[in-house]
Amino acid sequence: MTSSKLDAKVPQGPIGEKWTKYKSTISLVNPANKRNLEIIVVGTGLAGASAAASLAEMGYQVKAFCFQDSPRRAHSIAAQGGINAAKNYQNDGDSVYRLFYDTVKGGDYRSREANVHRLAEVSANIIDQCVAQGVPFARDYGGMLKNRSFGGTQVKRTFYAAGQTGQQLLLGAYSALERQVGLGAVKMYSRHEMLDVVIIDGKARGIIARNLTTGKLERYFGHAVLLCSGGYGNVFYLSTNAMGSNVTAAWKAHKRGAYFGNPCFTQIHPTCIPVSGDHQSKLTLMSESLRNDGRIWVPKKKDETRAANDIPEEERDYYLERRYPAFGNLVPRDIASRAAKERCDAGYGVGLTKQAVYLDFRFNLINKYGRAEASRLNIENPDLDTLVRLGKEVVKEEYGNLFDMYKQITGEDPYEVPMKIYPAVHYTMGGLWVDYNLMTTVPGMYALGEANFSDHGANRLGASALMQGLSDGYFVIPITIGAYLSSEIRTKAIPTDHEAFVAVEKQVKERLETLKNIKGTQSPESFHKRLGHIMWEKCGMARNEKGLTEAIGEIRELRKEFWKDLRVTGDIDEFNPELDKAGRVADFLELGELMCIDALERRESCGGHFREEYQEDGGEAKRDDENFMFVSAWEYNKESDWTLHKEVLEYENIKIAQRNYK
Amino acid sequence: MSNENMTIHLKVWKQKNTGSKGHLEDYTVNNVSPDMSFLEMFDVLNEELIHENKEPIAFDHDCREGICGMCSMYINGRPHGPLEGVTTCQLHMRSFKDGDTIVVEPWRAAAFPVIKDLVVDRTAFDRIIASGGYVSINTGNAQDANNLPIGKERADLAFAAAACIGCGACVAACKNASAMLFVSAKVSQLALLPQGEPERQSRALSMVAQMDAEGFGSCTNTGACSAECPKEISLDNIARLNREFLGASLSKPE
Amino acid sequence: MSWLTKTLTSSIGKKVLMALTGLFLCTFLVVHLSGNFQLFKNDGGYAFNTYAVFMTTFPVIKVISYGNYFFILFHAFWGLYITYKNKQARPVGYAVTKNQSSPYSRNMAILGTILLVYIVVHMSDFWYKFHYEHLPYVQYTEQLNTGQITHAAMDEGYTQDVKKLETFNEAAGTRIVVVKDLYKVVSYAFQNIGLVLFYVLAMFALAFHLVHGFQSAFQSLGLRHSKYTPLIKGISVWVFGILIPIGYAAMPLYFYFFK
Repeated sequence: MTSSKLDAKVPQGPIGEKWTKYKSTISLVNPANKRNLEIIVVGTGLAGASAAASLAEMGYQVKAFCFQDSPRRAHSIAAQGGINAAKNYQNDGDSVYRLFYDTVKGGDYRSREANVHRLAEVSANIIDQCVAQGVPFARDYGGMLKNRSFGGTQVKRTFYAAGQTGQQLLLGAYSALERQVGLGAVKMYSRHEMLDVVIIDGKARGIIARNLTTGKLERYFGHAVLLCSGGYGNVFYLSTNAMGSNVTAAWKAHKRGAYFGNPCFTQIHPTCIPVSGDHQSKLTLMSESLRNDGRIWVPKKKDETRAANDIPEEERDYYLERRYPAFGNLVPRDIASRAAKERCDAGYGVGLTKQAVYLDFRFNLINKYGRAEASRLNIENPDLDTLVRLGKEVVKEEYGNLFDMYKQITGEDPYEVPMKIYPAVHYTMGGLWVDYNLMTTVPGMYALGEANFSDHGANRLGASALMQGLSDGYFVIPITIGAYLSSEIRTKAIPTDHEAFVAVEKQVKERLETLKNIKGTQSPESFHKRLGHIMWEKCGMARNEKGLTEAIGEIRELRKEFWKDLRVTGDIDEFNPELDKAGRVADFLELGELMCIDALERRESCGGHFREEYQEDGGEAKRDDENFMFVSAWEYNKESDWTLHKEVLEYENIKIAQRNYK
Repeated sequence: MSNENMTIHLKVWKQKNTGSKGHLEDYTVNNVSPDMSFLEMFDVLNEELIHENKEPIAFDHDCREGICGMCSMYINGRPHGPLEGVTTCQLHMRSFKDGDTIVVEPWRAAAFPVIKDLVVDRTAFDRIIASGGYVSINTGNAQDANNLPIGKERADLAFAAAACIGCGACVAACKNASAMLFVSAKVSQLALLPQGEPERQSRALSMVAQMDAEGFGSCTNTGACSAECPKEISLDNIARLNREFLGASLSKPE
Repeated sequence: MSWLTKTLTSSIGKKVLMALTGLFLCTFLVVHLSGNFQLFKNDGGYAFNTYAVFMTTFPVIKVISYGNYFFILFHAFWGLYITYKNKQARPVGYAVTKNQSSPYSRNMAILGTILLVYIVVHMSDFWYKFHYEHLPYVQYTEQLNTGQITHAAMDEGYTQDVKKLETFNEAAGTRIVVVKDLYKVVSYAFQNIGLVLFYVLAMFALAFHLVHGFQSAFQSLGLRHSKYTPLIKGISVWVFGILIPIGYAAMPLYFYFFK
C-alpha cells in the first residue's frame, strides 16, 4: 500500500485525458499577482533554463542559479544523440501512446504511468518550441526535419543536430533565458552554488547560496524553489557527467525533508570510451545514435590477439544481433550494457584491459551509406574505395564530432578501425520524489529534469532525457506551479534577515568552517575516487547482497575518515574550487550509502538495477512485480538512518509483461 | 598508444584575485602518461600540490568532452594549445614530448577579467546574448516544426554557426581581443533561419552595441579567431555580421 | 547620437571607414602608378612634366586630390586610433604568443606608419617642391610635322606665371611648351642611394599592407562569397601585393641605374 505521506496527486480520468483536463481546471495565478511572486530556480540545464524562461515569460520574478561561469555550460549541453518526440513525421506508426508505451516498457515498469503519458503528450510541442527558437535540427534536402532511431524503439522518432543535440537544445533554452535576463524578468546568478534550502513554516522559502567568486554566503527568498540540478552519477567518480555535476542541491533538500526516490536506479550507458589509466578523471560517451550504424561485436575466440580488421567476418560474434534479433544493436541501454559486461567477464573482451567490445561502422559505412550515395550520384558498380570514400562523407556529417572526439581521446581513427567501447555510468533515473505537479514532499519545493525520479522508471531510453528536461521546464511546471502559488498570493516576500535565513546560513557557515578546519592530509578528490571505486565495484552494473552490505560499511568508514583527515587548501572567503569540491564529496559520501541501502532493499532485478541473485536462466533481469512494483521514497531521519515509504505503481493502460526485445 | 611516461615543465600564471598582480610560476610534473588529457595532467599536479600543502592551480573546466566551453587555457601561445579544432580538455599529452616546457596563461582581455590563476570572468558573453541573441518566442507560441521548410544547405550553415561553444578562444586569440567571431556566429545562425527573420535587424544592432560596451576590440580580419576556434567557426560569419549590421544600420527606421 | 555617428563609431563602423578610405587609396595607387609610368618614356620628361601640370590644374582632379590627401590622413590617423582602442582591449599581454594569423595582418599599424612616413618624405621631395619651391623650367620644342621633341633647360632665374606656357611657331612648324622640370628633380633625387633604398623598402611595406588591406576591406564591408572571394584574394596578392609595389619600386631603381 502506498505510504500515506506520498500523495502523487494524479488526476482522475482516462490516461489520455488526465493532463488536458487537469490543465483546464488547475488553479491559476492572475497576471498582476504573478509579478509579486518570486521563484528560485537552481540549475540552468534544459529543465532549469526552460523553466526559468517560461515562468519569467508568464510574469513571475525569477532568480536563476548555476555553479558554472555561465548558464550555457550546464551538462545538458553534452547530450549527443537526440530528443524523442511522437511526431510521426516518418509515417512509421508512431503515436503518443507508442512513445508512452515504449518509455514505460523501457523503464521496466517502474515509472508512474500518468507522468510518462504526459511526457509523451507534450513531446511534440517541445520540437515545435525548439525549432521556433532557432534550434538547427538536421533536415533533409526538402527542408523537412530528419529523424533517426534509438534504443528500445522500432520507430524513428529521434530529432537530432549531428552529435550535438543537447548543445543546440540547451543553447535554445539558454537564449530564451538570457532574453528574460535582458528584459529584467530573470536575475541570473552564475558561479553561485546552492548550499542549503530555507524552510519557514514547513514551506520552502529560499536558499543559501555561496558566491563562488568571492566565497561569500548569500540569502535569497522565493515563494517557491525549483531544483533543476541534474543527476548524481558522479557519485561513481568516473561517469559521463561533467566534473562539476553534483548532488548537493538535491541532497540538501533531501535532508530538509524531501524524500529521495529510487536512489539505486542508475543508468550504465553501453557505449563509452573505456578507461585508459588511473589518471582518468571522467568517461566520455559515444552517443547511442552510433548504434544506428555501428555493429557491436567481440571475437569468437577467447584472448584474441589479432587486430580487429584482421579478424574475418565468420570469427566475429555480433552478440546483440545474435541474442536479440528483433532489436539487434538497438536494445535498451541496460540490456546492451549487461551483454557487454557478460562477454568481457567471459573472457572475450578486447583491447589492453580486455574490458571493451568493438563498435564497428564499416559494414554500414560501405553498404548503407556508401551505396546510397553512389546511387544518388549515379555511380554504377562502384568499387570498394569509392564506397568507403562516399560512406565516410555521410558518416562524417552524421557523427563527425563524435568520431573526432574519439580520435582525440584514444589516438585511434574510428573511420579506419572499430571503436572500442565499454559501459559507463551515465544517468540516474532516481532522484527527488515528486508528485504529478513535480512538487517534492516539501511544499513549495519542486524538482525537475534528471533531479527528480519520475519518468524513466528503472531504465531510461535513449533521447528521452532531453525530452523530459524540456517537458518539465517548458510545459509542465508553468502549469502545475499554479496549484501551489495560487494559494501563496497573499504571502509577502519574506525579508532575508528572517531568523530562519539567519539560522540556516549559520549552519552552512559552520559546515564550511568544519571542512576547512579538519586540516588533515587527503584531498577531496582522493576521497571521491575511493568512494567511486566502492560504488562501481559493489553498486554498479551488477549488485549482490554481500557486496552491498560491505559497501555500506566501507562508505561509513570512508566518511569517518573524510571528516577526520580531509585537507582543504585556500580560504573560505575566496574563489576556492577545493572547498566547493569538498562539500560535494561530503554529500556524495552520504548519498552513496543510501543508494546501497536502496539497492539492497530492492530484492529484484529491473532495468539498470541488476541483482545477481535475481536473474533468469539466460541471464536476463528477473523482475518481482508482486513485491517490488513500487517507488522507494526514502525519508531522511539522521545520519545513516532513513525510513522507506512506498508509492505503489498501478498500470491501468499497459499490460505488464516481461520485457522482451528478442 | 605509448606507455612511456614523460616529465613536463610548466610555467603557469598565478594570480590571487582580480585586483592583484600575477606572475608565471614554475612547476614540474613527473610520470605524465601520453594518454592523459591536458587537464588530467593539471589534476595530477594539483593533487601533488595539495599533498605538499601548497595551493593548487585554479582553472575552469566542466564537461571534459569539448562541448561545454568552460575550459580555457592559453597554452604555449595558443588558446586550447597546439592542435586545431580541439578544446583544452580534449588535448592529450601525446601532443607533447618528454622534457617540454609548457607556458600556460589565462585568456587575456579587458572584457574577461581574471578571477584567479587561469580562471576568467566571461559573463560579458552572456550579456551579449541577453542583448539580442535569441528569437523572441514565448513558450507555447510555436507552430508545427515542419511548417517552415529550411533547405538543407541553409540548415547546415546555421548549424555550423550554432556549433559555437562560447569558450572565448576567439577573443583570446585575437590581437585586438575582439569578440566578433562569437557574436557573428550567433547573429549568423539566426539570420540564416526564417525563425530569426523578424528580429534580424535589431539583433545585429543591439548585439554589436553590447559587444562594444563590454570593451572588446574591433575586428581587423587577421583570421586568428577562426584558426584557433575549437569548433572551427568560419570567417564567413564575420562577413555576414558586417553585412547584417551595415544593412540594419542603413535601413532600419530609427 | 545620430544613427550615422552611432554606426560609424561602432566597432564595425570604424572598420567600414577604414575599408572605404583604404579602397579609395587603392584606386589612387593604380591611377598614380599608371600616370607615373610616363617617367619611363624616353622624351626628356615631356610626357611626365605635362602630365604633372595636368594633374595639378585640371579642376576635377584637383578636387579629387584634396580628397585624396584628406583620405590619406584620415585612413592613417583613424587607423592609429583603432589600434590604440584595440590595445586597450587587452591591457595585460601574453608572455608567449604563437599567433596563427599572418604577421603583416597583425602589424597593419606599423606598416601603415612606415607608409605615412614614406608619404611625408615623398610629398616633401616632389609635391611640395613642385607646388611651392622654385624649380628649373624646361622648354620642349615639338616639330609638328614629325612629332619629334627636343628639350632645353631654361635659364636658372627663369620663371613664369602659368604652369604651362604653350606657344606655336607657325613659321618653324613647332609647338613650344615651357613647364617646370619635375622630371629632372625626380631624376636627380633618385641618384641618392639612401633615398632609393628607402623608397624600395617602403614598397615592401606597401606590398604587405595591401596584401592584407585590400581583401580585408571587402571582408569589413561584408562582401565575402565562396565564388568571388578567391578572386579578391588573388587581386590582393598579385595586383596589390606584387605588381603595384614592383611598378613603384621600378622608378627609383630605373633612375638610379639607368639615368
